[in-house]
Amino acid sequence: MRPNRYKQYATLFRVRFLTGLQYRAAALAGIATQFAWGGLMVLLYRAFYAADPSAFPMPLQAACSYIWMQQAFLAVFMTWGMDASPIALIRDGGVSYELCRPVDLYWMWFTKECAYRLSKAALRCMPILLFAALLPAPYGLRIPGAAELGLFLVSGTLALFCIAALGLLIDVSTFYTLDATGVRSLLTNAADFLSGGLVPLAFLPAELGKFLTLLPFAGMENTPLMLFNGQLAGRAAAEALLLQLFWTAVLIGGGRLWMKKALRKVVAQGG
Amino acid sequence: MDSLKLYFHYLSLHLRERMEYKKSLLLGLFGQFIVSFSLFLSIYFLFRRFHAVAGFTFSQVLLSFSVVMMAFSLSEIFFRGFDLFPQMLGNGEFDRVLVRPRSPVLLVVCSKFQLDRLSRVLQGAVTLIYALPRCGVDWTPEKAAVLGLMLLCGTVVFCCLFVCGAAAAFFTIEGIEFINIFTDGAREFGAYPMAVYGKAVLTFTTFVIPIACFQYWPVVWLTGGTDDLLYALCPLFSLLFIFPALLLWKWGVRKYQSTGS
Repeated sequence: MRPNRYKQYATLFRVRFLTGLQYRAAALAGIATQFAWGGLMVLLYRAFYAADPSAFPMPLQAACSYIWMQQAFLAVFMTWGMDASPIALIRDGGVSYELCRPVDLYWMWFTKECAYRLSKAALRCMPILLFAALLPAPYGLRIPGAAELGLFLVSGTLALFCIAALGLLIDVSTFYTLDATGVRSLLTNAADFLSGGLVPLAFLPAELGKFLTLLPFAGMENTPLMLFNGQLAGRAAAEALLLQLFWTAVLIGGGRLWMKKALRKVVAQGG
Repeated sequence: MDSLKLYFHYLSLHLRERMEYKKSLLLGLFGQFIVSFSLFLSIYFLFRRFHAVAGFTFSQVLLSFSVVMMAFSLSEIFFRGFDLFPQMLGNGEFDRVLVRPRSPVLLVVCSKFQLDRLSRVLQGAVTLIYALPRCGVDWTPEKAAVLGLMLLCGTVVFCCLFVCGAAAAFFTIEGIEFINIFTDGAREFGAYPMAVYGKAVLTFTTFVIPIACFQYWPVVWLTGGTDDLLYALCPLFSLLFIFPALLLWKWGVRKYQSTGS
């Protein structure tokens, strides 16, 4: 009898998640960094707001909410912070052991990538959220309504899947290049800008911003954060969610096909 | 002198090693370019919307951006060895460094050069050339000298920050992420003159971590905000940061216990 597939992945997820929870000192340092980073970002946007409030594309508090949520869930949203272990496995030949396991390689790495990011976020988000919620009005976190929170949770989950799928694409590219550092830094840094990691997409010129929201990258960060701060609602919210769903499916489907192709000609390195 | 010769020998070794993998080096150069370019783009787009921030125009901000970007990348190219230092402590490599008849600082520095940061220096230089005639400064030899001073002192300050990060590893063994807010954070946020972030941040970055000393204060003098020569000589003041950094390093070396593996 075949083992229950979902239970398998749930176990994989749990193990990776619990391993991630062990790095508490690192998380503490990360929280301190993210406080400082978020604080400086808020100060920067405050200065821009003071320079010309009429040019601000959203209320100041919505921008601050965007920044604090971004910092709280940085481990989920940062495109460049991917789990490095699959790449190492491909480089040192460990992937041949992985192939012996009675699990689909794609979903195994996908599950691990999600668990890796979620465990890091779980350790870090609470203090930042709490602190940001206590900050005085325009500079802190805007407490969302139940609907916005629900939309954020759905969209955030899709963003996690989409980012994990992007990570898997980079992993698979290692089968061909063996040295992923170049491709990885290129793709993840470009994605960081395109997903609204540096500047919320609403701050970009209108046509460019509109174009970027159609790309798969917007769904990795901009969409869930704009749903959370209430700037994306009604019909636009539904469209953004559908687009996210579409791109996630495309990235996962493409990644699976590409991996299948790569595995047909895989040569194990090293001994 | 002898040490300097050794330093350049290591540098050329490293250069030749990287040239063996040309494609990887090229991709690395391009990847680093994207990092600094996307920061540039975000500033550009924000200024298309707002035109000025805290009294600074786009070109004046670019002055600060390019100096910080170049100073940071230069110190990364030539002194990044300190950044890998926690690994050196972890795997016991530092024991081997200590038994060699050379200064440990020199050997740590020589352990790593990040040549792919060259593309960021280039980007900084191009941005600077764009900003020079547009930032409203009448360039005179003295003003050019102050600009050079900003770049030089900035590089030194970033090196000192790397030394501080390495020295902290003596006490924690692990690399500490928190130092990133002063290194990577200074690169990102230092793109704007520090006064943008308000008085508290400006005071902190003047007297504790002297980043404003080589961007905000001299930029105010350059753009004619003041005639006080003290502002122009602020970069020299930031050199005092060498002393706490060296002290911390010395203290760490004295406290050092091998991890044994």
